[in-house]
Amino acid sequence: MEKLDVIIVGGGIAGLACAYGLKDEGLNVLVLERGEFSGSKNVTGGRLYLNPLKPIVKDMLQGAPFERKVVRERWTVLGDDSSITFDFTSRRIREEDHSFTVLRARFDRYLSERVEEKGVLVIPKYKVDDVLKNNGKVIGVSVGKENLFANVVVIAEGALGFLSRKLGMRGSLSPREYALGIKEIVELPEEVINERFNVEKDEGVAHLFIGSVTKGLFGGGFLYTNRDSISLGVVVKISAIMSAYPHISSNELMERFKAFYEIKSIIKDGSTVEYSAHIIPEAGYNGVGKLYGDGVLIVGDAAGFSLNMGVTVRGMDFAIASGMLAAETIKEAFSKGDFSEKVLSGYEERLKESFVLKELESFKEMPEFLDNEDIFAYYPGKLTELIGRLTYFGESPKERIWRTLKTWAKEILNRKTMKLLLKARKI
Amino acid sequence: MNVEEKLAKNIIKSGKVSHIKIRNEICAGCEKRYCMSVCPGNLYKISEETKEVIVEYSGCLECGTCMIACVRGAICWEYPGGEFGVQYRYG
Repeated sequence: MEKLDVIIVGGGIAGLACAYGLKDEGLNVLVLERGEFSGSKNVTGGRLYLNPLKPIVKDMLQGAPFERKVVRERWTVLGDDSSITFDFTSRRIREEDHSFTVLRARFDRYLSERVEEKGVLVIPKYKVDDVLKNNGKVIGVSVGKENLFANVVVIAEGALGFLSRKLGMRGSLSPREYALGIKEIVELPEEVINERFNVEKDEGVAHLFIGSVTKGLFGGGFLYTNRDSISLGVVVKISAIMSAYPHISSNELMERFKAFYEIKSIIKDGSTVEYSAHIIPEAGYNGVGKLYGDGVLIVGDAAGFSLNMGVTVRGMDFAIASGMLAAETIKEAFSKGDFSEKVLSGYEERLKESFVLKELESFKEMPEFLDNEDIFAYYPGKLTELIGRLTYFGESPKERIWRTLKTWAKEILNRKTMKLLLKARKI
Repeated sequence: MNVEEKLAKNIIKSGKVSHIKIRNEICAGCEKRYCMSVCPGNLYKISEETKEVIVEYSGCLECGTCMIACVRGAICWEYPGGEFGVQYRYG
């Protein structure tokens, strides 16, 4: 077989963004996707933030199948048997195209059709087994007994990173550095969702839960409204489920979440139509491996581009941006006719100049800060307890509000809170 | 709704050969069977006959968590070959 210009391993959003960036260059670009179609192996929570992508993506997302525009941000803190919910909306997020919920099987498939229209070949059901090297330079990939050669190989294989680790560009998979996300798609009619969530047509909600949803383990729950379904799930750090062995299992956490009073009524009469799971890189900046080598670039989840900031979790915007920036670098390499590590290092420079590595770096202390079980157990319990005390009227006369607040503050402002606040200055 | 019922909602095209292999010689020496509690599909069981850990690979959601949690490295896990495995319609 003749040599290709670019092989992209993985037809998820990072790989497809790279293909999109290369589609008008007259290059011979091949995307290899292991699933039945692009998106068929992908899972998101999830929503996509658009503003950071504006300077990078050009028209790639025009006409993309978004589910709903997020116009309400909800956070629920769950105590053992009580909860408190914040419900935020603003004219800005209602009027701007700030963030949208997506379903990957639809979203990625659409993007793959768009790059195919432009002559990029996306081959499904093709699992790449290995990366071919010659004198330390990546020269292609192997699929079964078949070898395919290219000037540049882009690894967009997703979070498990088998090939990147084979190449020695990523470290081993540590339970402390990855979280498990489990999700159910609960189908509900579009109008029912509008009513239950107090939103207009095409508007939706992003709702995160912290506290007893994970029985105090590092993680949380999420709910995103799609057009005519709800994405409902839990995320829990793998090392955290292991620490609770054998008392807590991941699938029970998911089922238990659905039974919460706070959830039950909003998914009432809905039917589960899909059950999915995926891992999420949680190490942030410190989990980013080597991003380029001779003839090779790594993009998206495979590169570890994902950021848990507690109240927001992001990855898809990083994936799209990194794919696009890889494409820019590849264009430069073709114009110079040089695919060496030296030229491809321009990819990391571009990432450093973009929000991808800038934000990952500025939040690099976040994983360590969040690695504190009090955030997921003690504080959620204390917060709901305070609201419970303030709002409850018993038989005996009500205590003065200031006194209730003072007693509560005295309890909570202890040494471990001080330590946490000191740490918080770094986030 | 139990996990089996949820898995039954998925479209899964199962290959004849398992993409998950358990190295029983390593697995047997492990007192903590993390695989059994981390798997979202609840696919790991102890065989009543052999007392060995077995996995019902055909329900696999392909998250890879079992492999990460198996700190002893007894679980050899790879993606199912092209055309096999779970096929998400929503994702």
